[in-house]
Amino acid sequence: MKLSSEQVLQIALLARLGLTDDEVDRLREQLSNILENFEVLQQVDTSNVPPTAQSITLQNVMKSDEAAVSLPQNQILANAPRREGEFFRVRPVLE
Amino acid sequence: MKINHNRLTIHEAYKLLRSKQLSSVELTKAIIERIHQVEPKVHALITVTDELALKQAQKADELIASGDINPLTGIPAVIKDNMCTKGILTTCSSKMLENFVPPYNATVVEKLTDCGAVVVGKSNMDEFAMGSSTENSALFITQNPWDLARVPGGSSGGSTAAVAAGETIYALGSDTGGSIRQPAGFCSVTGLKPTYGRVSRYGLVAFASSLDQIGPLTQDVTDCALVLNAIAGYDPRDSTSAPHPTPDYTQCLTTRLNGLRIGVPKEYFVEGMQTEVETAIRTAVSKLEELGAKADWEVSLPNTPNALAVYYIIAPSEAMANLARYDGVKYGFSYQGTDSMWEAMKKTRQYGFGAEVKRRIMLGTYALSAGYYDAYYLKAQKVRTLIRQEFDRAFEKFDVLVTPTSPTVPFKIGEKVDDPLQMYLSDICTLPVNIAGLPAISIPAGFADGLPIGLQIIGKPFSEETILKIAYAYEQATEWHKRKPDL
Repeated sequence: MKLSSEQVLQIALLARLGLTDDEVDRLREQLSNILENFEVLQQVDTSNVPPTAQSITLQNVMKSDEAAVSLPQNQILANAPRREGEFFRVRPVLE
Repeated sequence: MKINHNRLTIHEAYKLLRSKQLSSVELTKAIIERIHQVEPKVHALITVTDELALKQAQKADELIASGDINPLTGIPAVIKDNMCTKGILTTCSSKMLENFVPPYNATVVEKLTDCGAVVVGKSNMDEFAMGSSTENSALFITQNPWDLARVPGGSSGGSTAAVAAGETIYALGSDTGGSIRQPAGFCSVTGLKPTYGRVSRYGLVAFASSLDQIGPLTQDVTDCALVLNAIAGYDPRDSTSAPHPTPDYTQCLTTRLNGLRIGVPKEYFVEGMQTEVETAIRTAVSKLEELGAKADWEVSLPNTPNALAVYYIIAPSEAMANLARYDGVKYGFSYQGTDSMWEAMKKTRQYGFGAEVKRRIMLGTYALSAGYYDAYYLKAQKVRTLIRQEFDRAFEKFDVLVTPTSPTVPFKIGEKVDDPLQMYLSDICTLPVNIAGLPAISIPAGFADGLPIGLQIIGKPFSEETILKIAYAYEQATEWHKRKPDL
């Protein structure tokens, strides 16, 4: 499975990840090599085998809906790269 | 007699603290002095919290004076830098979180603090815990205390090197595919990955949510049990934490292994395995037989070789979803040179993430993308079922499985950085355990030319007591854990 540069850029777009031309080249090589090695899985017979998403059997974990104290607003905003008053400042979504 | 304070175990220090022969402040000062002495060589710690530590030590001494003492009171600890510490930098060794100061404590940190623990530092790691050598840290490289030209393993390389170098009495690490056990093996310390769900992950920066687990890195098995006692248990803030009761893990530590059945799966003795490692593990199994256990050398887990592909599809897929939150809006690195939302997000992630993290985000995005989901992600989840079933069947016949922790002794810094697949292979013996959610421990089992070899003991889900018991019996019958690196 050899990836093309276009495929690498398409995956990067889905992941919202900027890449330099060098990174595109290197990732094309490395990902192709890794994916080629993963082809061993295609040899494994998995007909009638259910998928495993997690290894413990807990299901539908519930908790009671009780109000609790939240962290103070100024502490939450302390790490904000851009803030305006008591809000996170963001760039326009619709232009 | 001058006591070498920085080499005390938890249980030794506890005795001295309880009998007032030593104060927590004295112990903490000795550790801080040691940090300043060896850190220029080892580079295990990102943040040294010496001021906070001395305050905590004073408080611990007051607690002890009032008779309020438990085995971790007043004892210095190092926390891996992917666990949130309120008011203390938590970087995940990433440029993305270089300036991130969490507003809350991870549950494990809270639990240790409640015990009166003294936090002396936050440790270096592979960025976002992705790696096997700590070379993927965006901040600096950590050296193996046994040979400064070699890696300490990873991703909990900083925590592990700090324990081995005497910069702390114990540490916490996290393990997604071997990140506690592989460095423990590489640095000759004891490292436990508990059963998936045994320890709360609230406040652990998420990497791969179906695999991540926090565990202790200690100087011996007794200490490992003591730390597990403090951190194990159900947490309503982590919906994947298990409601199972937690025993006192020190109660199982006996040296008689009569009646225990040990399986040695042959697939773990892989092609390319170092001869000295194989010899050490075979010798260790013979030792366990001498101690009363019954070993079967012909166990087969045929899907073991598929674990690498399963892991490197599932872990990156989960990682790419978990890392989607780093968009430069709420916290972390944020690219400012544009007014476009998409451009800012793209550049934030381009400059904020390092090469391995980008590689895994790309791999995960590909495996989950339309047209490839069935062939990669779903296929990997099905083979994951087969790996679990093989373990289940083996555990009908055996109490534990014993394997090497890694196929080789620690490799040289730089040796594998340009070949991601070779790097991934150093976790080949530890990955299947996370895939199946099992508990496993790595303990010191010998040396090859002065470089450590680790023995891995794998148990059934929630059978930490059994693996600790076997590890303890082996440790008491050998001297490996007492050897310390010269620094």
